[in-house]
Amino acid sequence: MNYFGPGHGACPGCGFPIAIRGAIEALDGKVIAVNSTGCLEIVSSMYGRNTWGVPYIHSLFENAGAVAAGIETALKALKRDKEAHVVVFAGDGATFDIGIGTLSGMMDRDHNVIYICYDNEAYQNTGNQQSMATPPGARTTTTPVGKLQPGKIGKKKDMVEIAVAHNIPYAASASIAYPKDFQRKVKRASEFEGSKYIQVHAPCVTGWGIDGKLTVEVARLAVETGLYPLVEYEHGKLVKVRKLKQRKPVEEYLKIQRRFRHLFKHEMGKDILDQLQRIADENAEKYGLDA
Amino acid sequence: MAKMKLYIGASNPPMSSEMKTGDWGTELAYIDKEKCIACGQCITFCPEPATSMVEEDDKKYAVVNHDYCKGCWICFTVCPVDAIEMRTKDIYKVEVC
Ligand SMILES: Cc1ncc(C[n+]2csc(CCOP(=O)(O)OP(=O)(O)O)c2C)c(N)n1
Ligand code: SF4
Ligand code: SF4
Ligand code: SF4
Ligand SMILES: [Mg+2]
Repeated sequence: MNYFGPGHGACPGCGFPIAIRGAIEALDGKVIAVNSTGCLEIVSSMYGRNTWGVPYIHSLFENAGAVAAGIETALKALKRDKEAHVVVFAGDGATFDIGIGTLSGMMDRDHNVIYICYDNEAYQNTGNQQSMATPPGARTTTTPVGKLQPGKIGKKKDMVEIAVAHNIPYAASASIAYPKDFQRKVKRASEFEGSKYIQVHAPCVTGWGIDGKLTVEVARLAVETGLYPLVEYEHGKLVKVRKLKQRKPVEEYLKIQRRFRHLFKHEMGKDILDQLQRIADENAEKYGLDA
Repeated sequence: MAKMKLYIGASNPPMSSEMKTGDWGTELAYIDKEKCIACGQCITFCPEPATSMVEEDDKKYAVVNHDYCKGCWICFTVCPVDAIEMRTKDIYKVEVC
């Protein structure tokens, strides 16, 4: 039996299914999946057409952290907590925005849960509205491109650092372009008792304006430009960083996505491009990305 | 007390394989068995998954189940030896005179 798919309803070329199946396989299927509202839930849990080969629960958009905490506590009370890992799969909107309260509570009480945020950088299921994970300059339906505004104004929130600040044992970022690295991180996370946070970059073909031919390349370029650094923290200490032999200019990542294309013609586009390059440079400095 | 089994919402066992999503796309992936080096990249990266590994007379190679291939091209882009070809479905081949 498959752990996830086939026959789910994700768009052709969608990134997150690669991560969901990869995570469950990394844990040998010993998973109780908790899912927030969003694309993953919609494409995988149609009535009578469930795509999950592991126990699965969906409750609300905002409460995956609390649901997972409850399941983990119940398993402990029943003395059955060694049978499976409680794993949350939640979108960036659910994680960075509406569910951050219940996630923070989960991490504060240090519930034994692996929380995986698949980060497609907007509310994709409702048609690409900005979240706090949306990068500067991105065109979404709530950050439109017009004369006065070149897409999103403001930054992408650093959710990995926020997780680290909860003093949890493990936090990491990952990308669907590097599935072995992601799977190793999921496995590593499972070795710690307490709350674990992993954020995996997962392109959305419709929202980002790419097609499947570019899904993996775009995800790889996000890492290779320094915009999505792959980092790993254990007990608050940075233990591993994916080094870059020759960091690429951010333009290479941006120019192939429709959500950023206006930056190359808009009057205010240059400022945003500079801001994005500065963010990549700061990441490189902060994490020592340049090999 | 009588025990009751109640499945809420999603089906058990998984039934999404009834959804033949291979009819979504305009193209399908085909793997050249001779070229394939069985590296597994197309299996790791296929989002569906529609790809799997088979073994036949000591030769291991990947195959595509067209019931579930959405023609997204991801496998094509990750294959290190160009063993994958994307072919337009016959119904989408339009003759232009
Ligand atoms: C309380 C509440 N507000 C709004 C919605 C509508 N809604 C459903 S999914 C979704 C966006 C989910 O975004 P994200 O968590 O990033 O997941 P994605 O769809 O991008 O995978 C929204 C706003 C909802 N279901 N519940
Ligand atoms: S809208 Fe985006 S995230 Fe949602 S299924 Fe389609 S490609 Fe995936
Ligand atoms: S084209 Fe897409 S869906 Fe079809 S086998 Fe390749 S990766 Fe899978
Ligand atoms: S990626 Fe190419 S070589 Fe590797 S298993 Fe698939 S078809 Fe074969
Ligand atoms: Mg999202």
